[in-house]
Amino acid sequence: MRWIIARLFGRLPIGWLQLTHSRTRFASALAGVAFANVLVFVQLGLMSSMATATLRPYSFFRADVMISAPDADSLTEGGNVARQWLLQALADPEVEAGIGLFLGNVTWHLPGKGLVLTTFGVDPAASGFLAPDIAAKAGVLSMRNAGLLDRLSRGLPRETAAAIRPQTPLSFEVSGDTVTLYDTFAGGGGFSGDGHMVVSDQTFLGLFPARSSAAPDHLLLRVVPGADPVVVAERLRDLVSDKSLRIRTYAAAGREDLVYQQTRRPTGIIFGFGVVIGILVGLVIVYQVLSTDVADHLGEYATFKAMGYPPRFFLGVVLEEALVLGIFGFLPGLGLGTALLALMAQATTLPLQMTATMALSVFVGTIVFSMLSGVLATRRLAAADPADLF
Amino acid sequence: MDPGPPVVIRGLNHWFGAGEARKQALYDIDLTIARGSLTAVVGPSGSGKTTVLTLVGCLREVQEGSVRLLGHELRHAKPNLLMLLRRRLGFIFQAHNLHDSLTAIENVRMGLQVHGAMDPRREIEAAGHALALLGLADRMDYLPANLSGGQKQRVAIARALVGNPDLILADEPTAALDRESGSNVVDILMRLGKARGTTTIMVTHDGRILDRADRIVTLEEGRIVADTAPFAG
Repeated sequence: MRWIIARLFGRLPIGWLQLTHSRTRFASALAGVAFANVLVFVQLGLMSSMATATLRPYSFFRADVMISAPDADSLTEGGNVARQWLLQALADPEVEAGIGLFLGNVTWHLPGKGLVLTTFGVDPAASGFLAPDIAAKAGVLSMRNAGLLDRLSRGLPRETAAAIRPQTPLSFEVSGDTVTLYDTFAGGGGFSGDGHMVVSDQTFLGLFPARSSAAPDHLLLRVVPGADPVVVAERLRDLVSDKSLRIRTYAAAGREDLVYQQTRRPTGIIFGFGVVIGILVGLVIVYQVLSTDVADHLGEYATFKAMGYPPRFFLGVVLEEALVLGIFGFLPGLGLGTALLALMAQATTLPLQMTATMALSVFVGTIVFSMLSGVLATRRLAAADPADLF
Repeated sequence: MDPGPPVVIRGLNHWFGAGEARKQALYDIDLTIARGSLTAVVGPSGSGKTTVLTLVGCLREVQEGSVRLLGHELRHAKPNLLMLLRRRLGFIFQAHNLHDSLTAIENVRMGLQVHGAMDPRREIEAAGHALALLGLADRMDYLPANLSGGQKQRVAIARALVGNPDLILADEPTAALDRESGSNVVDILMRLGKARGTTTIMVTHDGRILDRADRIVTLEEGRIVADTAPFAG
């Protein structure tokens, strides 16, 4: 390492030598940086899993345009949309087809726990609106009270999920009704539910008697091949009589849902703050280590000043230290962060995992913020007055 | 061509503080130091010896009067010029200020690296030679924590000398040294003066040095009260 730094800076690796001179101090400084990294990794992991969990239900369907109630900030929130607007939308020559999408939560009471399943009700005849994996199994939905279950639901025993087949269906009670699960698809637990279930719109209305077939939660539209969903959505905003409705492309709806979850929902804001706090903790730790180090060596720095070393030399030494702390603190932080996310994923079934993008962005952030701390710490160098040496 | 005396001081006044708190440290100092000479500056505490050293060493701003160092006027000089001039000086401080995480030879190499990139082998050779001259050939790879006070001071002296400075400014350089080491240091400084024209200005009360100095300048209350050349004529 000495050799690499010496080659890199073209001088003795003073920063490295200074940092490693006291092994205990160096180890505790690295532990501090690693801790800050772990904090950021966990928060970023949670934010990333929130993004995955938010967008996952959108992946169950194939649509180009979505019409929602004015207060529908997310897929699972907001009021209903009158089905009559679907008929108006279908009048557009570039709208090929449309369906109503119903959403509600049902609880499956397993021994010792209740599984909250976000349940989607769709017209089983319109399987073109379903993702291929689900569409392939959607035939069973035309049977009354039939359902497809998210086999990755949190709290669902894997062997139970694996046993669900059309030949060996599994039934459970919901509000006095019996739902029979004939097959499964891959989803996963999220922040607002343990898993998902897809049923026909008729089954859905049976499970939620208060709901009306005339008022689904969203309207999904598919445009004709070659048509631009953005243009169609724009046109539909003029065409549909209720101007308060949110008419967006399906992709834009997902993006807006994500922004809503991350910036307006308490959980998203907390995770965002967690990242900021992690960065601040790292910044403070590196600054503290470097400024203490500068203060401890003021006499030596003053001597170097007297000898004629330029200001960039001192900046170089402190930045060298910042770089060493950033790199060597990141590595254990990455290891611990990865392990911690894996443990949390196992415990919560949230899609928590270390990604290359996360690792790279935290690494770059660590280096940048370590350097920033270094630059701040060099301000203490002003106190190194060589005239005081005599 | 004779480059002239390395230090020429004319009408130098210096003070600390301002207004009521202003305290005059130097009064109208005139001093010319000959090339290759060893000048001892003596005087009681607070007489202005250190202030003269810091002004000549470009470590303080010249307020009034003139200080010409190695042909350059220091009054109103730009910081960059002062920095470049300092590289031509060798400083020996009373406190050695060695870098605790650098070995003896690495500390000495810092006296070379200030002049820019150099072949590391030549650098090690030159630093090793300087340490050997000061009797530390067997202590090159020691950290300062493992050296005695005298040995540390000799490393600091080697660091000041290794860059072949034109002028050495020293503050009680032999205070921490035993008789033999102190005498060796004076020998080296005098040899450098004769062989290379290296000039030394040193604040000292060490009789061993005063006995051998080319010139003794005595300061009292910021004024030169005596200027003698014991061996002249």
